[in-house]
Amino acid sequence: MIENFDLTMVNWARAQFALTAAYHWLFVPLTLGITWIIAFYHTIYVKTGSEEWKRLTKFWMKLFGVNFAIGVATGIIMEFEFGTNWSNYSWMVGDIFGAPLAIEGIVAFFLEATFFAVMFFGWNRVSKGFHLFATWMVAVGSNLSAVWILVANAWMQYPVGQEFNPDTARFEMQSFSDVALSPYAIAKFVHTTSSSMMVAALFILSISSWYLLRNRHVIMAKRSIIVASALGLVASVFVMFNGDESAYQIAKAQPMKLAAFEGLWEGETNAGLVAAGLVNMDKRVDNDEPAFDFELKIPGLLTLMANRSWGTFVPGMKDLVYGNEEQGIMGAQQKMEEGKLALAHLQSYQQAKKEGDALTAEAHLNSFNKYKEYLGYGYLQTPEEAVPPVALSFYAFHVMVALGTLFILIFVAYFFFSIKGTLENKKLLLAGGTLLYILSMVASQAGWIVAEVGRQPWAIQGLLPVTVARTNLTAGTVQTTFWMFLGIFTVLLLAEISIMAKQISIGPEEN
Amino acid sequence: MEQMIANNNPFVRVYRFYRDGFRNMTLGKTLWKIIFIKLFIFFGVLKLFFFPDFLATQFSTDEQRADHVLGELTRPVQSTTLSK
Repeated sequence: MIENFDLTMVNWARAQFALTAAYHWLFVPLTLGITWIIAFYHTIYVKTGSEEWKRLTKFWMKLFGVNFAIGVATGIIMEFEFGTNWSNYSWMVGDIFGAPLAIEGIVAFFLEATFFAVMFFGWNRVSKGFHLFATWMVAVGSNLSAVWILVANAWMQYPVGQEFNPDTARFEMQSFSDVALSPYAIAKFVHTTSSSMMVAALFILSISSWYLLRNRHVIMAKRSIIVASALGLVASVFVMFNGDESAYQIAKAQPMKLAAFEGLWEGETNAGLVAAGLVNMDKRVDNDEPAFDFELKIPGLLTLMANRSWGTFVPGMKDLVYGNEEQGIMGAQQKMEEGKLALAHLQSYQQAKKEGDALTAEAHLNSFNKYKEYLGYGYLQTPEEAVPPVALSFYAFHVMVALGTLFILIFVAYFFFSIKGTLENKKLLLAGGTLLYILSMVASQAGWIVAEVGRQPWAIQGLLPVTVARTNLTAGTVQTTFWMFLGIFTVLLLAEISIMAKQISIGPEEN
Repeated sequence: MEQMIANNNPFVRVYRFYRDGFRNMTLGKTLWKIIFIKLFIFFGVLKLFFFPDFLATQFSTDEQRADHVLGELTRPVQSTTLSK
């Protein structure tokens, strides 16, 4: 039976997943980052015994509590979607994701559940030392809960430590350490958590700037800023370096993604990095249109970023689609041929097994194993389908990097003027500073757009395209729940903003 | 005396710690209400009526599920164009 895949359903399911993930990610980075900063504030309070530091710590803890309460469980929706909209994918990756997510559930839940209560209820009820320990454990637990989901995400982008079982249609884990400690996973975890620290620091700067502008809670705001700007500066510089490591890992595992977010259509030796540009929307891999309407390029820098050595070649999208014999690059076109062979042998293997023809089955299995590396390419109809949306990837990447660079300068300015004691007089900086949290969310969301849009059309890099990962449902079902989610998440977001705004307006408790 | 024994019992102390903590919450009560309403909507409405686990509800054994997915994987594909 030959059927068309329902593409409308696939695209609605993708949109729904993107919507859910983006809303979920409005809450997560603040939770991950602010727990560390609160732990620093709490430590200063315990060291100094100053009531002002205690008030300050309790205030930021309260805002953290609001964010956590509104955001908690929003990620569970993605698991619902896996089972309903992405059942083929869910089935196939169950063995890989089961272990990491079970560990996350157990470790993070117990750490968080135990120490959250002590952190919030422990004032004057437990010893200062144990209370402080609990606050640090909340930070550790929150960030640990991000480890495994990021390991799972990294595996989808760089599927190591697995073997496809053609009898069960499942990817089976061959090496837990290869999955958990893959360089891609480490880079992703470090980049995500350190950038979350930056987001949290900018959240604190935004609110504290607002207080300073209104001449309210001045001492608390200044103290909050000095610690947050110092930690934010360290985090942002670290983000710059580990971002470079992420790009290096992407260049190795997903060269198409790198080429897309840099708008590199044709590969070059000593390729330049486009610092800013306007993408030519008519450019395709199979035409000769210019890549950009305008571009500002830094010579040689992309080669350095991708290969960490001068004089080397960075493949462009054209090389990756059609191949480049001179550079030894196999194109999507050739991979499609191998992928189609893998699929044909998989089908024949199943058929022979059903017919009880063991010899034929074994022959097809051997052939399948020979070509299975490019299994996913067998589903592509044209090699050009291997190219992700270029303009969105390009702009998302450049917005993220530009804002990340701006944040370093902002942290330097806040820290410098704080030390100098003149921050209150810098009205323009403070006025702009109130918008920093919004900008940090833009950068953070852009980062995920680079990661997820840039890897299209793959659900699992090179092995499973999203068109095959989905459930064969009608689009109507997914459309209904898409709008429901939009409504529910918008209400949650409004609740967050409203409760948060009220608490900020009230400010810290007076003694 | 009884009170002292009760106070030294770690389980009682933990219970009282939580009980008093919840009792003294102000903003926390609102947040817990939001959490419960949200969990009810997610699990009691969305999961129950809109997000069945496709393979779990359509097939009764893992073998059937594997066969279904293998069938999907090896089904001829006519078009895979994604919206960009």
